[in-house]
Amino acid sequence: MSCCGSSPDYDDLNEVSRFVSARLAAFLRTLRDAGFRVGLAEGQDAATLISVGYAAKPGLLRAAFKHLLSARKSDWDKFDGLFDAFWLGKRVRSRSRTIGSTPGASNPSLKSLQDKSAEQGGGQPVTDQLPSSDDVPEGRSGEGRMEGASRAENLAEVDFRKLSDPDQVTQAHEAAAQLARAMRTRLTRRDLARRRGYRLDLRRTIHRNISHGGVPISLVKRQRKDKPLRLIVLLDASGSMSMYTSVFLRFIHGVLDQFREAEAFLFHTRLAYVSDAMKESDASRALDRLSIMAQGAGGGTRIGESLQTFNRWHASRVIHSRSCVMIVSDGYETGDAALLGREMAALHRRCRRIVWLNPMMAWEGYAPEARGIKAALPHVDLYAPANSLQSLRALEPYLAKL
Amino acid sequence: MKGRDEIAQALAASGYIADADLATAISLMQMLRRPLLLEGEAGVGKTEVAKALAKVHATELIRLQCYEGLDQSSALYEWNYQRQLLAIQAHRGSDSIEDQVFSEKYLLERPLLAAIRRPQAPVLLIDEIDRADDEFEAFLLELLSDFQVSIPELGTIPAITIPHVVLTSNGTRELSDALRRRCLYHYVDYPDVDRETRIILARLAGASPSLSLQIARMVEGVRKEELRKVPGVAETLDWAAALVGLDVRDLRDAPETVHETLVCLLKTHEDRARVTPEVTQRLLGKVA
Repeated sequence: MSCCGSSPDYDDLNEVSRFVSARLAAFLRTLRDAGFRVGLAEGQDAATLISVGYAAKPGLLRAAFKHLLSARKSDWDKFDGLFDAFWLGKRVRSRSRTIGSTPGASNPSLKSLQDKSAEQGGGQPVTDQLPSSDDVPEGRSGEGRMEGASRAENLAEVDFRKLSDPDQVTQAHEAAAQLARAMRTRLTRRDLARRRGYRLDLRRTIHRNISHGGVPISLVKRQRKDKPLRLIVLLDASGSMSMYTSVFLRFIHGVLDQFREAEAFLFHTRLAYVSDAMKESDASRALDRLSIMAQGAGGGTRIGESLQTFNRWHASRVIHSRSCVMIVSDGYETGDAALLGREMAALHRRCRRIVWLNPMMAWEGYAPEARGIKAALPHVDLYAPANSLQSLRALEPYLAKL
Repeated sequence: MKGRDEIAQALAASGYIADADLATAISLMQMLRRPLLLEGEAGVGKTEVAKALAKVHATELIRLQCYEGLDQSSALYEWNYQRQLLAIQAHRGSDSIEDQVFSEKYLLERPLLAAIRRPQAPVLLIDEIDRADDEFEAFLLELLSDFQVSIPELGTIPAITIPHVVLTSNGTRELSDALRRRCLYHYVDYPDVDRETRIILARLAGASPSLSLQIARMVEGVRKEELRKVPGVAETLDWAAALVGLDVRDLRDAPETVHETLVCLLKTHEDRARVTPEVTQRLLGKVA
């Protein structure tokens, strides 16, 4: 433990009976499984607490562990149930990380999601429009340069629905992640180009001008601190969007990985906060976790209610003055369209830009007739299609202006 | 080192009505030498905890208010430029002037440096850490683990005493896991009716126990309405003071006064419009 002063030694652990320390280790594992971030130092401190007599009073031990091992409100709320279940043998409450979704009996992995989307892909394979995977040049730099996107040039215009071959699906995913990387890099360069210091840095100015007898001849300017642009993505994971969900999940994973500040939520009948799951560096593991969350409860899409949840519980935490909210949805609202309008207005008061991406928009003959989209559109700054990589790429100049 | 019960008594004596858990948290702060991170809605009394803690330890409270763009020079130390310039002008041509102007004499302490150089450990309140940016948070984390400060011109300054550190956050930005792990965590919720009644009684000399209970119940009802700005404890005390000042003894006897004085609790136009006289009547029906 890098704490100041005396940190508890491993010797303390010797005072704790072997049985108790094994139970403690198991308890910490249980907490980690429930999403707690418990480090080694916390484990040592927990052992110290037991060794100094806290274990004799379960109520006191619970309060002490709660303060030590929780790190956020969600931990705080879950802790008592987990503690009682583990140490006092009470019945454990379900700890689904998805807000209010009913954990289905079947949790299909992303692979089956992809397969399903391929089956539903309009029935006619469009392999004639696509390059075979052999055409793809080997060896990519992958360092966020635009080469990543140029690899996907041929894929760029294909509607995600029509990707049938698993290889192409994989390629589209790769390309989406690369694109997210490229967007991130270019935005950063622009951010840097825009920075011009305008306030004097007195400390450095004085240092530099001592040789001139303290007369400030060469001035040092303070760099302006720019807030990084924050992207907040709300992805519709309802049945009507299922053909697009997997590619967008991949895109969001790329965005979260690359943007210094990004947050992601899924919604169908309820809203789920998924940034933590998305922060898995291994994309396929992250997507597996997400595909479980993306299972709708089969009750249509309640965009209004989901936005209400977002505005009420999450907005103040995740939105700041340079935030862009990106909603990816077809706008088929099965709930109250008036509520959706109201919540969109409330959201618009808070954030700088709302981008609504609608994959259906590019379909021939599509007009925004759905009640939901009609109620939402007055509060949207940019309404754009998002059915192919090219349409995603078209967003980048827009985001750079924020 | 004070025990948990002693701390609970001292908190009550200092006028802070804490829930049972907070005394545990404070005794752990001393024992494990960890900072305490307080989260909760605005107005639940997070900053008050630090003030009460300073009273409990009979020590000074040093406060660092965070804001966007806060940097080390405002938080840690700054050189006294005017004096430096004067000194450079006065000793023009002297070789040792550079050593002189970058000495302790010209150093201005800011809260973080002050907190580690006091002979008696103060309470250091780092208020609204979520408003500062990531870089500052990283710097703070380093300070909280090493408790020493490097000043390029002076070298490393070790801590004379280790302060009791309290951080508060309203959740406007997600804090890093590293900082959260480093701290003990305590979520400060709106007080329940019983605790809020005791707070009113402790803070407001003119309030009778029955009126305090009615006010606390009424406020609880108001908080359950769909409001944009939920009233905090400070608003409750304002409202209670207004009612006592207007000589209200029983809320049910003065419904109009109650409704008019609700401006103390409702801070936005929408919220004011939402709580109509009918709503006030309905809530008053529940305070009995």
